[in-house]
Parts: sequence; C-alpha cells; structure tokens
Amino acid sequence: MDSLIRLLRQNAAIPRVELARQLGVSEADLAAKIEKLEKDGVILGYQAVINREKWDPDAVTAVIEVRVTPEREGGFDRIANRIARFEEVEGVYLMSGGHDLLVVVEGRNLREVASFVADKLSTIDAVQSCATHFRLKTYKENGRAHVAEEAPERLAVTP
Amino acid sequence: MSRSRIADHVRTIPRSGIRDFFEIVQSMKEVISLGIGEPDFVTPWHIRESAIYSLEKGRTGYTSNLGAPRLRRAIAAYVESHFSVGYNPHDEIIVTVGVSEAIDLALRALLNPGDEVLYHEPCYVSYSPSILLAGGVPVAVATRAEDEFTLRAADLEKSITPKTRVLMLNFPTNPTGAVMPQEELKKIADLAVKNDLVVLSDEIYSELTYDEVPHHSIAALPGMKERTVFLHGFSKAFAMTGWRIGYACGPADIIEAMMKIHQYSILCAPVMAQEAALEALERGQRSMERMREEYRLRRNLIVTSLNEAGIPCHLPKGAFYVFPDIRATGMTSKEFALKLLEEKKVAVVPGTAFGPSGEGYVRCSYATALDQIKIAVERISDFVRNY
Repeated sequence: MDSLIRLLRQNAAIPRVELARQLGVSEADLAAKIEKLEKDGVILGYQAVINREKWDPDAVTAVIEVRVTPEREGGFDRIANRIARFEEVEGVYLMSGGHDLLVVVEGRNLREVASFVADKLSTIDAVQSCATHFRLKTYKENGRAHVAEEAPERLAVTP
Repeated sequence: MSRSRIADHVRTIPRSGIRDFFEIVQSMKEVISLGIGEPDFVTPWHIRESAIYSLEKGRTGYTSNLGAPRLRRAIAAYVESHFSVGYNPHDEIIVTVGVSEAIDLALRALLNPGDEVLYHEPCYVSYSPSILLAGGVPVAVATRAEDEFTLRAADLEKSITPKTRVLMLNFPTNPTGAVMPQEELKKIADLAVKNDLVVLSDEIYSELTYDEVPHHSIAALPGMKERTVFLHGFSKAFAMTGWRIGYACGPADIIEAMMKIHQYSILCAPVMAQEAALEALERGQRSMERMREEYRLRRNLIVTSLNEAGIPCHLPKGAFYVFPDIRATGMTSKEFALKLLEEKKVAVVPGTAFGPSGEGYVRCSYATALDQIKIAVERISDFVRNY
C-alpha cells in the first residue's frame, strides 16, 4: 500500500496498467485498492503541480501566522474549520511554537489577499493577531524542483 | 624484434566482451541502453553536499593507509548492524579504491603462482582476469537457470583440488541477480572450512535485495569470519560508482598483507570520497531505501513485460539486472544482442560477456529510467516477434 501511495503522490496521472505492473498486482486488484483508499478518505483528490510563476505571474500566495484564543470546548478546531471554509484559503495547520494556526492563502493579486486578511481573518473574534508573509519565489513545490537538475552523461555500456 | 614489449601474462588476457560491445554502441545514435551496470541515480544530494563541505574545510591531505579512522569506525558499526559480523576498525578493515581494488589486493596477497581460485559463473567480468594477473589459475563453476543461478555446494565440491586456495562469491550476483538461500550457503561454508579455503565475498549488491528476501553474509556463519574477506562498497547502494570507494574487512593478517600492497601502489583512497562515504553510512539509509524501492518497481515491470512478450525471465531477488532466456529465438547471445542493437537500437549485454555459461541469455540492467525501460521492452517484444 505504501508503494501505491508513493507512486500516486509522485505522478497521479500514471496509467493504471503500468502502475499494476510496477506493483506486481492485477489491474482489478489495483482498482479495488484505489477505490478503497478514496472511499476511506486517505486519497482526497488528484491535482496538478503548477509552476505559478509561469502560469500567472500576478498571483499572490501568503502564509499567515495566526494567534487564536482557544475555546473552552473544542479548542482550536471550530475556529480553524471556520477559517478553512473561505475559498481563498488553501491550507490551515495547527502549529507548535509562537503562533497557533498557519494559514496559506492564495489570491489573484496583492489587494485580494490584503482584503481577505483585513476584512475576514483579523475580524474573527477569537483571532488575536495575524503576521502575513508573502511568497517571493518558489524553488520546490510538492517535492518538485522548479529547476530540474541536468542529467549527467553516462557511458552506454558498463560492466 | 618480434618480441612483444607487453608482458606475456597481460598480453594473453582477452579483452573484455563488454568493452567490444561498448565500442559498437558508442558508434550509434539514439540507442536505448539496458547495458549499464551502474545506478542511473545521481549520488544523493546530502552526500554530495557533505563532500563539498569537506573541500571547503580544506580536507585535502592523505589519510591513514587503511583509511580515515572515523570512516573505519563507521564501517565497523555498519557491518556489525547490517551483516552481524564484528570487525576491529584498528586492524581488520581497509578502505580501498572501489571493491575492484580490494579484490585485486586480496588475490595478490593470498595467491602463490599456480594456486587455483574458484568462482561461480556467469559472473562479473573482472574475476577471471584479476585472478590471472595475480598469478592464480581461475576455475569457473557454472550455475544453472533452474537454480536461479545460485551456487550448488555439490557443483562446487567437484571442482575443489589440492591446489584450490580461494573461493570467490558474489551474491547478489551481477549479471543474474541471484541471492543465495541460507541453507546452501551453509553447505558452502562447510566446504570452505573442510578444505581450508579463504573466501572472498563480494557483497557490493547486498543492500539491493527485494520482497523481504534477506541477504546473509557468509562471513557471519560459524567458523567463517577467520577465513573470509568481506568486500563491500558504496557504488551500488548509494549510487556512488564514480567516487571509487570500497572496503575490505577480514582477519588482521590478511588485511595487513593487503595494506602492504595498497600502501605502495595507491597509498590511500581519495580523501573526498572517504568523506562522502562517511556521510552515506551515517545518514544515507533513507535515500538508499528510496532507490531500492524504485529498482523493485522497475524490476517488476521489466520482468512482467518480458514474460508477456514470450521471453522467459525469472524474477531476480537482488541487484539490478534481469537475465532473460533468449534461446527460443535460435540465436546466440551475441547474435541476439548485435541484431537487437542494429534493428531496434536497444543495447543489452550478451550473457557470454560474463562467461561461457551465460550463453543463451542476455543481461538487461533496470538501473535505467522507467520510460526508457518501457520503450526498450516494447522494441525487444517487436524484435522477438519476427523470429
């Protein structure tokens, strides 16, 4: 199962026939395994990894460190889920250390992100403070380097 | 004037079959090669980075002849935990320029002229020439496809004579991927004890076994440590072929004798490669496991595809080679490899490059990117359909 997940994380678009051959299982068994993973919510979806600087150079990503007053019942969960529902929010994580939630936000431009932070995020009662950091350049994303290492030359036949 | 200026014992050694084949492949364009006996991965970044750091720190001098003490201690710990044999880093370990140098040192240290050396075949191309260069007499013991090219103790026993001094083993095997079952290995160890043989065990592929098949070192069997030279290195498991770094562990008297030759011919293994090797041992486990998993998946794909194409191919338990049976095509190994190269531009190595008992087989390396393997296998399937 680990190999299956690893291969799908590496390339979810890999043809199923080939996947089955690599794993040494039949295509039917493979399909059943994948279906189960999807049904159990282990696999949540399949996405393309995009070089945003090529795709939309104006788009803005920010990571926001949020300090939150936890609630007597439910701790951080209710407030975190509330933040997660906004469309601009790509990720929400509960963190150890100086702040509580790390929120990843995407916007089409700077103004869109600024307005989300000012109007939506910081106005939530439980939110004490936000520190917003904008991404300037991406070097690696989802395990993919933006600049691929050049393949070195190899001898054609070696012992 | 007709006297050759090349020494007889060098002149009479045949050129490597791989070398001939390499030159033909070099002259052609757009060839997909399954002929490469080295990982296609670049050395993991953390290892390269640590070598760069050592250069920045100015670590550029000689090390001890036996190798840097820190590296020898790390080797001792690694061998103890992975192979269950303990060696004293002070006098039972020597760091060499690849396992190739270690084999040469051991043979030169052990052989008197005319001593016989047993090895199993098909095998790595250097064994027989190394024995000849050290003044020994190579004696090949053929292994069989029905045993998945493992060595039968009974076959070995038939080749032992009063002149036999050394037995060379290489499991997992290049070119067949064979892994020795523990039971048979024990019988071989018994033969070594009974006949007072020294065993050179080249375990360069030992990290690369698949499907939970464990690798057992013969050095760990009772009575074997004192008669075994355990040879290992970094080339295959850590994708470090070009660094040329390996090591030998064995009884202090043999290591001392090997060190004598090494100190006068090599002095010490390159310091930068030693630094990189240390990093590989201390923190390389994760990258090694990642590469091994990748090899395993490729092996599954290539074996399934070749069998589907009607080319019988057993599922090898180790290394990164498959050794398919091409006898049904009616061609010899060499004809098959040459025609495949000419007609389909796929390079595989004729089994005979690894000894006469490799006839009827070719070696395909799956240490090649997966998309290349897929195209190569399609072309091979097309090729055999016409015969």
